[in-house]
Amino acid sequence: MNAGQRYDLGDRVRIDDRREPRHHRTPAFVKGQTGIVTRVCMDQAKPEDVAYFTMNGPRVPVYRIRMMQCDLWPDYTGKPDDTLDIEMHGHWLQPA
Amino acid sequence: MTQPVDPIGPHDIGGHIDRDHGGAVDRAEHDYAHWERLVDAIIYVLRDKDVMNDAAQLRVGIETLGDDAYARMTYYERWAASTAAACINKGIITQTELDAKIDTLMAEKGLTP
Repeated sequence: MNAGQRYDLGDRVRIDDRREPRHHRTPAFVKGQTGIVTRVCMDQAKPEDVAYFTMNGPRVPVYRIRMMQCDLWPDYTGKPDDTLDIEMHGHWLQPA
Repeated sequence: MTQPVDPIGPHDIGGHIDRDHGGAVDRAEHDYAHWERLVDAIIYVLRDKDVMNDAAQLRVGIETLGDDAYARMTYYERWAASTAAACINKGIITQTELDAKIDTLMAEKGLTP
């Protein structure tokens, strides 16, 4: 985990594939996948903190990440250049 | 292509349309029942009173219902269950009081559990 790492538009990132049993906002279908930063959205408290009423934890950047649908779904039958955009908290990202 | 990561619960099934809790998306429009609007309103009141101040807190209560309850409940039933659990955890009401109120309401309406 690179909590302090910042990313810029166009950076390629990989979403952590760690298994976190408590509440978090990272769906299983993007874990371990890579994408490109298309927007730096805002800083937010971590869902893992606020879900359990820790409101004064560190704020982390939120990024919009664009991924290829055919990377996410092994049997994807849409167009090869179809994309999926997802907003991810920075502490779930690694450089890729 | 990496191997898919296991979902962590019944809420985390994006792409698994063949799973028990998934299936085709119901795209039919529907109106909200009055009690569903009440659940929504209660959540705003609890936010104003700082009992629940983030949607993540509502989500935790939904994600920890357990597979069976999650599958059995409708959308707003999950919200109601999560909200009730938060109120109990925060000491606003007790489980005993909630159970007694449910019993009273069911008796008034002639319903059996």
